[in-house]
Amino acid sequence: MTEVTVLDEVKTDTGLSREVLLNLGPQHPSTHGVLRLLLQMDGEIIERVEPHIGLLHRGTEKLFESFTYTQIFPLTDRLDYLCPPSNNLGYALAVEALLEIEAPERAQYIRVMMAELSRISGHLLITGALPMDVGAMTTLLYTMRDREMVMDLMEMISGVRMHTSFCRVGGVREDLPEGAEARILEFCDIFAARISDYETLLENNRIFLARVENIGNITGDDAIALGLSGPNLRASGVDWDIRRDAPYEIYDKLEFQVITRTDGDCYDRWKCRVDEMRESLWMVRQCVRQMPKGDILVDDPKIAFPVDKGLLAHSMETHIHHFELAAYGFKVPAGEFYSAIEAPKGELGYYLIADGSTKPFRLKVRAPSFVNLQALTERTTNIKYLADVIAMLGSLDPVMGEVDK
Amino acid sequence: MRVVDIPLEQVLEHFAGRVGVDDSAADMRCLLVMPTDLVALCTLLRDEAALRFTFLSDICGVDYFPDTPRFLLVYHLYSIPHKMRLRIKCQLEDPPVAPTLTPVWTTANWHEREAYDMYGIRFDGHPDLRRIYMWEGFDGYPMRRDFPLRGYKDDYNPMGAERPVEGSGS
Repeated sequence: MTEVTVLDEVKTDTGLSREVLLNLGPQHPSTHGVLRLLLQMDGEIIERVEPHIGLLHRGTEKLFESFTYTQIFPLTDRLDYLCPPSNNLGYALAVEALLEIEAPERAQYIRVMMAELSRISGHLLITGALPMDVGAMTTLLYTMRDREMVMDLMEMISGVRMHTSFCRVGGVREDLPEGAEARILEFCDIFAARISDYETLLENNRIFLARVENIGNITGDDAIALGLSGPNLRASGVDWDIRRDAPYEIYDKLEFQVITRTDGDCYDRWKCRVDEMRESLWMVRQCVRQMPKGDILVDDPKIAFPVDKGLLAHSMETHIHHFELAAYGFKVPAGEFYSAIEAPKGELGYYLIADGSTKPFRLKVRAPSFVNLQALTERTTNIKYLADVIAMLGSLDPVMGEVDK
Repeated sequence: MRVVDIPLEQVLEHFAGRVGVDDSAADMRCLLVMPTDLVALCTLLRDEAALRFTFLSDICGVDYFPDTPRFLLVYHLYSIPHKMRLRIKCQLEDPPVAPTLTPVWTTANWHEREAYDMYGIRFDGHPDLRRIYMWEGFDGYPMRRDFPLRGYKDDYNPMGAERPVEGSGS
């Protein structure tokens, strides 16, 4: 329900103008969730944008402190719910660093492959949703069709479409099912051609371009000061990608380009993501090709369940470890670690303070969408009309699960 | 992740002993600073040519209740040109007050609102210090350790106040 409040009437040169307070959301299709924007407007001209967030606040960080380290994985899924494998990965890296263990190479490949697949699924949504927000309805139907293929792959690998929770501390839950590689490669072949389809649909679409080109420009320096990261920052010409500059897991073994644009407007932010999907696709192919055979979980009965489930029936010791792990979890030595990964939305950071018990003392999530959304309030971007706010919001690509935590 | 060596000598010299170094963490170097020196230190870290910490990643509040000093603010910085990270820690007494960093990094605005909302840390000079997740009029600071995990006032929570579990000893 949209309410309009008239603040006061101001005399201007051209006649009477009315200052209006407009509520956009929280139930509005273009707010991508439950975001409420309070707009102060002079007629159709935007004077102030004030996001009101927290409608989806679930106290995730408070819950972290009462969950064991393994139980936290499903909670991280629900941060950026479009790309759970990335969220799992960042968290697992923080815990593994304090435990001083490293996942086996095959597990690292599986994690990275899933993270890149989920990046494709996350970017697919905005590739279609931004045009839909500004009036080009068709693309979303195509991108959702293709996103379904990624969902099917996720379901095949983990058994779940969305909240995969596939990572574990020290590896992944299960090995890839039989025939998975072939199906993933098949998806790569089909999808490579589809990306060009979206571009043909939109790059010369005058309605789309008129709404996004030269709207919401952010300069590189402003973007850094605002704390933008990921594609939003690279669209403004800042060449920074954590996967390349501080490679984690096996990213140093993959070839990829960091996509940057120059103008930093809504179009560039959209285009940056479309091009990133190509790179991700290329990385998924490399992962499938390079993936070695081997273990998928660390061989430490105090941290991970035994891979060979048959042992549970024969070995008393394995059985005891399994019980202890399931009932109480494992202890993480006291210390602190900040793990930063390149999530689809930007820098996803987990700051873990452990006190030696089975639960974290403090686990802070640096959620990229939360920081990115702040750019809406900034007056240095050239948002002029009400319609530009929608384009700007869509191009920043916030996921409310992550904004509200 | 390995610890990248950061040329911090000049900064430490500039503050003549008022800024400490904590090298216990395995991931990055860490500076300890008093609230009074926080803004000056951050401005220096941002502008110094050899450092250029232009990117503020995160501000994290921590509550050490019942220990004192009770609160801790942790800042994570990143230098995009030099590819290095740095952590700053600032201890606060109860009631916690810290200077705002919004003039140094615009992005500090919402991070500080979050720390205020969750821990009740006041930021002097903040342009718009309001709750960000909880609603106006919410009583208490949810992330504090003495705030119950379950059972915030009966009006809001039908489960009622949290009772100690029998036999758990707590």
